Amino acid sequence: MVRLPYVTALTTLFSYGLLFAFGQLRDFFRRIIDWFKSSSKDLKGYAPICLGLEDFYTRRLYLRIQDCFSRPIASAPDAWFDVVERYSKDNNKTLHRTAKTSQCLNLGSYNYLGFAAADEYCTPRVIKSLKKYSPSTCSIRVDGGTTDLHNELELLVARFVGKPAAITFGMGYVTNSAIIPVLIGKGGLIISDSLNHNSIVNGARGSGAAVRVFQHNNAAHLEEVLREQIAEGQPRTHRPWKKIIVIVEGIYSMEGELCQLPEIIAVCKKYKVYTYLDEAHSIGAVGKSGKGVCELLGVDPADVDLMMGTFTKSFGSCGGYIAASKEIVQYLKHACPAHLYATSMSPPAVQQVISAIKVILGEDGSSRGAQKLAQIRENSNFFRSELKKMGFEVLGDNDSPVMPIMLYNPAKIPAFSRECLRHNVAVVTVAFPATPLLLARARICISAAQSREDLVKGLEVISKVGDLVGIKYFPAEPPKHGNQAHKKVE
Amino acid sequence: MLSAAQDLVYGLLPTEEAEDLGLGSLRRHHHLGFLISDDEKSSYNYLKPGIGDLSSDVDLSAFGLGLEHRRYLLAFFSVFGVSIYFGFFCNTLPSFNFKAEVMATAVMNMTTAALDWVSIAFDAPLARAVVFGVHIDGHLVVEVLLIAVILFQLTRKSYKPPKKPLTEKEIDDLCEEWIPEPLHPPITEEMKLEPPTLESAAGPHTVIDGKEVVNFASANYLGLIGDDKIIDSCVASLEKYGVGSCGPRGFYGTIDVHLDCETRIAKFMGTPDSILYSYGISTIFSVIPAFCKKGDIIVADEGVHWGVQNGLYLSRSTVVYFKHNDMTSLESTLEKLTRGNKQAEKIRRYIVVEALYQNSGQITPLNEIVRLKEKYRFRVILEESHSFGVLGNTGRGLAEHYGVPIEKIDIITASMGNALATDGGFCTGTARVVDHQRLSSSGYVFSASLPPYLASAAIAAVDHLEDDPSLLTTLRSNISLLREGLSDLPGLTIASHPLSPIVFLKLKNPTGSFKNDLELLNKITERALKEDSVFIVSTKRSVLDKCRLPVGIRVFVSAGHTASDIKKVSDSLQRVAALVLAEHI
Repeated sequence: MVRLPYVTALTTLFSYGLLFAFGQLRDFFRRIIDWFKSSSKDLKGYAPICLGLEDFYTRRLYLRIQDCFSRPIASAPDAWFDVVERYSKDNNKTLHRTAKTSQCLNLGSYNYLGFAAADEYCTPRVIKSLKKYSPSTCSIRVDGGTTDLHNELELLVARFVGKPAAITFGMGYVTNSAIIPVLIGKGGLIISDSLNHNSIVNGARGSGAAVRVFQHNNAAHLEEVLREQIAEGQPRTHRPWKKIIVIVEGIYSMEGELCQLPEIIAVCKKYKVYTYLDEAHSIGAVGKSGKGVCELLGVDPADVDLMMGTFTKSFGSCGGYIAASKEIVQYLKHACPAHLYATSMSPPAVQQVISAIKVILGEDGSSRGAQKLAQIRENSNFFRSELKKMGFEVLGDNDSPVMPIMLYNPAKIPAFSRECLRHNVAVVTVAFPATPLLLARARICISAAQSREDLVKGLEVISKVGDLVGIKYFPAEPPKHGNQAHKKVE
Repeated sequence: MLSAAQDLVYGLLPTEEAEDLGLGSLRRHHHLGFLISDDEKSSYNYLKPGIGDLSSDVDLSAFGLGLEHRRYLLAFFSVFGVSIYFGFFCNTLPSFNFKAEVMATAVMNMTTAALDWVSIAFDAPLARAVVFGVHIDGHLVVEVLLIAVILFQLTRKSYKPPKKPLTEKEIDDLCEEWIPEPLHPPITEEMKLEPPTLESAAGPHTVIDGKEVVNFASANYLGLIGDDKIIDSCVASLEKYGVGSCGPRGFYGTIDVHLDCETRIAKFMGTPDSILYSYGISTIFSVIPAFCKKGDIIVADEGVHWGVQNGLYLSRSTVVYFKHNDMTSLESTLEKLTRGNKQAEKIRRYIVVEALYQNSGQITPLNEIVRLKEKYRFRVILEESHSFGVLGNTGRGLAEHYGVPIEKIDIITASMGNALATDGGFCTGTARVVDHQRLSSSGYVFSASLPPYLASAAIAAVDHLEDDPSLLTTLRSNISLLREGLSDLPGLTIASHPLSPIVFLKLKNPTGSFKNDLELLNKITERALKEDSVFIVSTKRSVLDKCRLPVGIRVFVSAGHTASDIKKVSDSLQRVAALVLAEHI
């Protein structure tokens, strides 16, 4: 867990306070100018699209540094990619693309296994499928949207994750947000990790079930919440809960932490509650043969009721899946709106996942899959330990390819991002609303596609920029103090 | 209450003074509202409030009370007054009125005797007591006591039973006893049904179970599935960018083709800007909550599909439904919501409609919607998934069809999985509308972006449509040809709009049960596929879907169908419907 240094917390709060004050001041003058012009942007008689402070953050904070986000690229998101250069004529309010690109080291894409770029095994098969099936079926799965590729993928995914059956969707976000309401409704309870992804939050909200949150990755607190909830039952009526689903993620994308799965599963089994594991970032990326956190942490997939994952990250495609018992999948195929109303997954994307899984499993007749898995583990652990040695505050666990570097101060967000880009290293910086306001960070995603030289070059730049920006919060010298503080963080 | 206050004042008069001054002194207090006569007899009836609705005077002589007992009476009244006074403040007697007072008087008199004794008992030892110049006597003691009791009672907390938290043992037992419901309801035969599997592209002709069938189940309206130009652009894109984008738009998931595609769609639609979503159905249910928040008003058609329903639910706004495609119902709803409601001007108001309802094949009368929207000042969110690329002379959608300027529609969303034969969705409107979504729309911000080859396909499809609008003429003639062929089906009737590429057939005589209707329709589609190699489909309804419109058979017409395909489906439907619906005609 992050423990924010006292002085940093103060300076960060001060920075945000200053930004807020200046934003308010500018808003004030803007209102005066608007009043003189007396031509409001919004039509008369209509309430404005954003009321009051709803878009204050966007206008006064985000726009000033928006060049650090949504940078367009002009190539596949491989180990190195071409970032399109942009310029602004109005203080960053609007950005314009240029024809110029610069080749940068990609430390931002979720290309864990390196399937994003053309692959000798996958790409020819994808193109073949494209020619055979076209890019789309223009139909829903239950009408004319099921091709033999879709059936093959569902069988393969079920086999890969170790569950009896699976159902796939064309988008990972929709998988979460449309499945949860089918499984649970009014009278049910969802217990969600405090740092779960927005799609889970949205799905839980859409279900009409009650939602309680337990402290991030804390099995003891989960047990406490469960005991209290089972004993108390539903609020006001005190009827027992119809069912309880505990939702956790395999790797938390903003923290880089692995789920404490064995402990959490033990608690869930003890209290007879269902478990829902979102492996968006972990499937394919961790585990000896890429089968995700269950394999890595030694949990039997049979103990997890619902295993969800996406094809966007490790498999370099799009879409998501739910693997579960045969009966649950049958029920989902009958009832889930995303299965009944959404266009089925694009056939070439289906083929990409099939081919990628085959490579991972070694069914393509080569050992490339195993090599990729070894490579990503080695790359991740090398990069993480080097960053820690340099004195950065790095979150997350070993083996996780996601490693956030804490920045804290708002001014350090654009500084770090722009300086890295200037040295041809593309990093992702994350700020509010994706993280708590005070805990802004840069996030590194390691890929198996990167070579040792790439990583060394990346580390050099990050170290140099880290010195410049002043984010080495735990410098190696003096060692005593550094070690102590470091222990606290972990 | 007035007399109660007077009582109080009288009660607080130093009684010695009152005694010494006798009646004369009381007369000085006429201004207090009491009528006190010189006559001794009538002086007994001195409680006569100035307000004349008190029906009976109180005859004190009946209780054997003489003038000398007056001060005790005063004492009692003062106590009574104090109680009422406090009662008034404590709101325990909010509706105290004179009638109640009259009734209370009888009770008062009853207690007076008792009080007499108390007062005398207190009076005797305190007859000469003077504290700080105030003569202490019985009634003062009683009053003080009463006030003390009242204050004491007021300051006490209300009674609460002591809390006994559950012991660990009890919680253990409760956890042990708790039996959760299973994750899924019992599996029925119906749930085990598998949809047909396609063994080739879902074009106008496809292969199911090794047999070539005519496909009327895909919303491939322009017949772009299998189009060479589109496939070539996809191949080029796949080779350059790979399949997935491996990131959300904010974090290096923005690929130049996404931006090109957004510009292309905006240019085609004639809007300032547009924004791409990575999945058709997520477009609308992300857009609605991005604009509508708690406290806002949304007026929506009751026939909207699940994606819209989900968006409405997630927005937490106040949602009011109007009758399916009924403009008088919409107008009266708008009127009701805005009439005399000054607050309505300050909150955001939206009308949400589908251009072409996938649940019924009806088309929204946009000219009427725009008139009402301007009259009542609502913004319009228009879902164009099935009308984009279909309606209008050049396929620009419903606005073109009705000749409504595109600026009048505030927000347009559409899925690209239908006419454009690719995947994903877009939303288009002013720069303000689009930019707002780039940080506030959860399906955009928190999801990986559209695979770049699908964006290339969309660009190629829009180009194709613009280059060759004759596709639309073919589509329209196919639709009218099919409608002609299906015009007098046994037991089925066409419920869709004449221009709708979804020809919606519903039962002439519904069985009254949604499930039975669907069973009948499924029988027709199954037999058509098995016996005539014609692939048509019935409505599907999720348990979460709140739409209550009748179910039906949906025949998706494409510009790629030939006249003989259309004849085949009409003939098959004629034959199978006559067989299956023999008893339902």
